[in-house]
Amino acid sequence: MSPAAPGPGSLADLTGHELAERFASGAATAVQATEAALERIAATDERLHAFLIVTGDQALEAAGEVDAARERGERLGPLAGVPLALKDVLVTKGVRTTAGSRILEEFVPPYDATVVRRLREAGVVILGKTNMDEFAMGSSTENSGFGPTRNPWDTDRVPGGSSGGSAAAVAAGQAPLGIGTDTGGSIRQPAALCGIVGVKPTYGLVSRYGLIAFASSLDQVGPFARDVRDAATLLETIAGHDPMDSTSIPDVPVDCTSRLTDGVDGLRVGVVKELFLEGTEPGVLARVREGLERLERLGARLEECSLPSFEYALSAYYLIAPAECSSNLARYDGVRWGLRAKDSADVVDMMQRTRQAGFGAEVKRRVMLGTYALSAGYYDAYYGQAQKVRTLVRRELDDAYQRFDLLVGPTAPTVAFPIGEKADDPLAMYLNDVFTIPVNLAGNAAVSVPAGLSDGLPVGLQLIAPALGEATMLRAAWAFEQDLGLSTRPVSHEEVRS
Amino acid sequence: MPISRADVEHVARLARLALTDEELDRFQAQLSVILEEADKITRLPTEGVPPTAHPLPRVNAWRDDVPGPCLTREEALSTAPEIEQDRFKVPRIIEEAP
Repeated sequence: MSPAAPGPGSLADLTGHELAERFASGAATAVQATEAALERIAATDERLHAFLIVTGDQALEAAGEVDAARERGERLGPLAGVPLALKDVLVTKGVRTTAGSRILEEFVPPYDATVVRRLREAGVVILGKTNMDEFAMGSSTENSGFGPTRNPWDTDRVPGGSSGGSAAAVAAGQAPLGIGTDTGGSIRQPAALCGIVGVKPTYGLVSRYGLIAFASSLDQVGPFARDVRDAATLLETIAGHDPMDSTSIPDVPVDCTSRLTDGVDGLRVGVVKELFLEGTEPGVLARVREGLERLERLGARLEECSLPSFEYALSAYYLIAPAECSSNLARYDGVRWGLRAKDSADVVDMMQRTRQAGFGAEVKRRVMLGTYALSAGYYDAYYGQAQKVRTLVRRELDDAYQRFDLLVGPTAPTVAFPIGEKADDPLAMYLNDVFTIPVNLAGNAAVSVPAGLSDGLPVGLQLIAPALGEATMLRAAWAFEQDLGLSTRPVSHEEVRS
Repeated sequence: MPISRADVEHVARLARLALTDEELDRFQAQLSVILEEADKITRLPTEGVPPTAHPLPRVNAWRDDVPGPCLTREEALSTAPEIEQDRFKVPRIIEEAP
């Protein structure tokens, strides 16, 4: 899928499972793979700015431990020794965690998020923390308090967001694996715009303990990878019940890989009419329609379906998510963490000036919107009504799953757009999420898988599954990916450097 | 529903944001546009539809009350901008008597 030839056989160009094979056969070590990733970061990140902090020494130490364990003959997981880019919204013990916000510029957490602990236990090598829209609010990574990330396919364009740093890192070969979070599309949309695979898991499948909260009833952690197999394996690694998160689903077997290659023959797939909106770029529609034909040729049974409430999902989301954000972000008050304004007259003055200085424009806008939607006199009309719309979206999806195993549509209405193009138009920016938001409202699972290029830029196909339908969804994504046969090699780093 | 300048100032106070005049103007315009779009949902008939606060059908997540490891006081205080006598320190809250 790369626009130019891949680098000269660097380990940084391999997927996680290709690395694992080389580790097992003795052809490469985890330390060598980590060194290759760190070299790629050093060569490309001045231009891309995917990382906010690179923890190279810690990564090499972790890789060395995996190599030593392998030498001792210990049983290791499928991703042991594989490098990963971690979104800077998951807390890491002793390593600065900012959520892309100036208000947390100096925040060094005293504990690891559950996802981080699971990654470490699996021997995954964390390379550092990646850039993001501030508190995950955005669709372009331009809202970071520390400057934008650039798309490796065209460095004058955005990588999508909010998990744009992790997506760009994986697309550029800085890491074969990435972790993002998806509240309204923040994994799937950057995956689409960067030409990689991104999974938004079922709400409750992955622990949110240690995830810096944006909208708690919508937030979910999930994987990025250059192919479906790696994404499925990484999802298995991070999924599972956590007593520290009361919304995590107990006792679910998470097996996304054992039937991955079984194909789509006989699978019933609903083509959601409302996901083919006027205003979607023709190049995006063309790739997605070819994708539908491909699925049909592979044996899936496609049929159009209509989910009329999807038309209202974006509006409902832009009341519910800001309402939850205004509540969650009340904790940044200059008392327990982060920034504090100096020389305050009293405590309220200190809080107001701290938040004014620490939050960027989009975060302030959403806090204002959410506070308004929750305030006396507007609560029923806005927040209450939005929650009822959420019920309608859920019901329509549940009805659709009576007839279909999966639903399908584009991931995003456009390819990657130029940096700055939508920065001053909040509503235009919010429209990036119009195809991804319904899934978050309903707590369902979805994946974005590369579907080819439009004008040299990647397009994503979105497959949507009912709650806990990840295995079927990833099986279809794998069949699609294999048949389409795009390269899983990263974008040429020679191009990124220019 | 258009939002007034007074509404914006009131909401900024509730949200503890010391916005500048320029920001108040900008947010008044932008919030009006966003809320106009959001008004779409107020026209949708939802009589008898229960609200969804949460996508999971779970009601309570009980667990046994077993003591386990937790952060030490030093760790919990380590992230604070200002501490005194093992406590978070904040500026004056109550007015001094005249």
